[in-house]
Amino acid sequence: MIRWLLGPIGLCLAAMQALAADPVTIGVGYLGVAGTRPTLSLVEQPAENDGTAGAKLAIEDNNTTGKFTGQRFTLEERRIKEGEDPVQAATALAERNGFIVADLPADALLKVADALRDRGTLLFNAGAIDDRLREADCRANIIHAAPTRSMLADALGQYLVWKKWSRWLLVVGSHDGDKLYADALRRAATRFGAKIVQERTFEDTGGARRTDSGVTLIQRQMPVFTQAAPAYDVLVAADESEVFAAYLPYRTWDPRPVAGSAGLMPRSWDAAQDQWGATQMQNRFMKLNARRMTALDMQAWTAVRMIGEAASRTNSGDVRKITDFIKGPNFEVAAFKGTRLTLRDWNLQLRQPILLVDGRMVVSVSPQEGFLHQVSELDTLGYDRPESKCRLK
Amino acid sequence: MQAEMSDVMRCSRRGDGVPPPPLSGEGWGEGVSTRESPQEEKTLSRIASCDAMRPPPQAGEVRTARGQILPLLRATVLVAIALAAMPAHAFIAYVSNEKSNTVSVIDTDSWTVTKTIKVGQRPRGIEFTRDGKFVMVAVGDDDTIQMIDARTQGVVDTLPSGPDPELFTQDAAGKTLYVANENDNTVTVIDLEKRARLGDIQVGVEPEGMTISPDGKTLINTSETTNMAHFIDTGSRQIVANVLVDPRPRFAEFKHDASELWVSSEIGGSVSIIDPGKHEVIGKVTFEIPGLRKEAIQPVGIGMTKDDKTAFVALGPANRVAVVDTATRKVTKYLLVGQRVWHMAFTPDEKYLLTTNGVSNDVSVIDVAAQKVIKTIQVGELPWGITIAP
Repeated sequence: MIRWLLGPIGLCLAAMQALAADPVTIGVGYLGVAGTRPTLSLVEQPAENDGTAGAKLAIEDNNTTGKFTGQRFTLEERRIKEGEDPVQAATALAERNGFIVADLPADALLKVADALRDRGTLLFNAGAIDDRLREADCRANIIHAAPTRSMLADALGQYLVWKKWSRWLLVVGSHDGDKLYADALRRAATRFGAKIVQERTFEDTGGARRTDSGVTLIQRQMPVFTQAAPAYDVLVAADESEVFAAYLPYRTWDPRPVAGSAGLMPRSWDAAQDQWGATQMQNRFMKLNARRMTALDMQAWTAVRMIGEAASRTNSGDVRKITDFIKGPNFEVAAFKGTRLTLRDWNLQLRQPILLVDGRMVVSVSPQEGFLHQVSELDTLGYDRPESKCRLK
Repeated sequence: MQAEMSDVMRCSRRGDGVPPPPLSGEGWGEGVSTRESPQEEKTLSRIASCDAMRPPPQAGEVRTARGQILPLLRATVLVAIALAAMPAHAFIAYVSNEKSNTVSVIDTDSWTVTKTIKVGQRPRGIEFTRDGKFVMVAVGDDDTIQMIDARTQGVVDTLPSGPDPELFTQDAAGKTLYVANENDNTVTVIDLEKRARLGDIQVGVEPEGMTISPDGKTLINTSETTNMAHFIDTGSRQIVANVLVDPRPRFAEFKHDASELWVSSEIGGSVSIIDPGKHEVIGKVTFEIPGLRKEAIQPVGIGMTKDDKTAFVALGPANRVAVVDTATRKVTKYLLVGQRVWHMAFTPDEKYLLTTNGVSNDVSVIDVAAQKVIKTIQVGELPWGITIAP
């Protein structure tokens, strides 16, 4: 078996070397935060290499293409610990890499972007979903591969409205991220004609995610918490902080479906996604990383593929040329979502369909049929050009 | 019992010309193990019992005792010529149904499905051997290519492809088969006579489209994520050139005179025209359909008429086949077919072009001269590939 494999490979390698004697090296840095935060569900606990595993696969994919174009892509990973300065870490990465894929909180990302501005390093935001990074706080040196909260909320909102579940009971956590997600969901309700019949806040009073007494107490708490609500079709939970949402399905006082942070969830990617050739991608990921692919993995994969795509189109490893091409009108990338992904030129956000998943299956993909737009239906998700506050600089 | 019931339903429906619905017994979970000879006999006897419910053969139809259309085309054609009143276009088309795990057999005289053959999991690429004796179908989830005997219409053998075969092509002599294996970035070379694997060629990420130059010297493979057409010398099995095309190239087709290679890009929404000598993109066909977003136009299958003057391009979720004048490289007409049109095949007399429509589970029949869709035939779930007996 090895023999017939090696022969042709050897011949191919020889041919490739003849084509491209001296490959151009294109360095990509990955800057993330060390450690993972606990989730309510054990199966959703992210791996230590969440994100980088996707970047690694994209580097491999880029290098397969690179064999034919004479380009070689490298990945340098750096994860900062709490209290460490992200700017220092980013600057060190930027010395060796023209591109940095970042999974950082919004404020840290902005600091890094401003510190690296004069260097010409191009940043890819793979993790932060904050709308403000694409609006008032947008930067000309950050490309956003991650979707925004408003894109996620709109994707869910379109489906719920299409399903005619238009009366929402909104339950919001007490942390900042939860409140921002609730803002996005309220905006989606207004845009697509749903009604929030009541809002409730779930206070985080602290405590462990997992206890030895298990579900006994939760089974009593959740029905009581959702008792005496006005008539509603679906409970929509905003709980980015992983405090309560996962406890809601099957435990609401009224028998109602749950969506948002539990139940039906909007995601850029899911391990169950197998449409549009995604099976091959999922198989490649599994083979390389021995686990399933998360949304963060996909966002990092997409960022690194964008660099690879621009490098092969421009036939160049030059950061300036690649950056110009990505920001230019002819850039598009395929990412197993059934349509080309392009950049919103007014804020450098990647347009993308959003999957609606239940943890086992892809239930639907937004934008939903019938939500029309004069430029791209993908622009029915999130803030559109006329309402944008972004002035790129 | 349930299966018998649905067969009866299908028989009665066939009689009044209404297409059969997807059968409950067909579809997921039907593995290789169920396709053994007793099963085959059962299928044949079912067809025999169906025959009792069929209307008597009409003028021009030639049937065997089992009610199948005679696979001996020559006989049919002779009969047709003898009885000048009848159409001389009785061919047999095989359609792979990606979700049903079946192959539908269509008779192009009556435009009906005459048999549904159970195959392995996820059948996609499908092609006749050059001698017309076998139909090869890539069953990706079983990591193999199955051989259907065109005479008995049953699976008789498998070919040693690599993992997840999707599309394949063969040389003019029908001796060597080249298979794109999506999962491991290789093209597998198979000796068709010995049915043995000869070797592999490393290509780009997710190899898909496969075709061979008319002189048999150059094999073309397109890789979906690398976005290239790889030119492979069939003698040395080495890549001699790589041509960058628009995103997600899915299908490649030579002009019969070998002057141009056409490559469709599903996500890029275009067809690149490549000069095979210079290895350069020399033109592009683009599509514009009023009322449809650019994103919905996703070119996949390409069919080129023998005179190389007209190309047909399947546009996926745009639900249309574009008719392209190859001289001007402009679209002259869009033909509305079924939903999510994938691939296509001409009848050997080139009177008709059949397209597989993935989402509407049917096959559209295009009258090539009139450039009109004249018929729709219901097949299994998610029809994908199509081949017609030579």
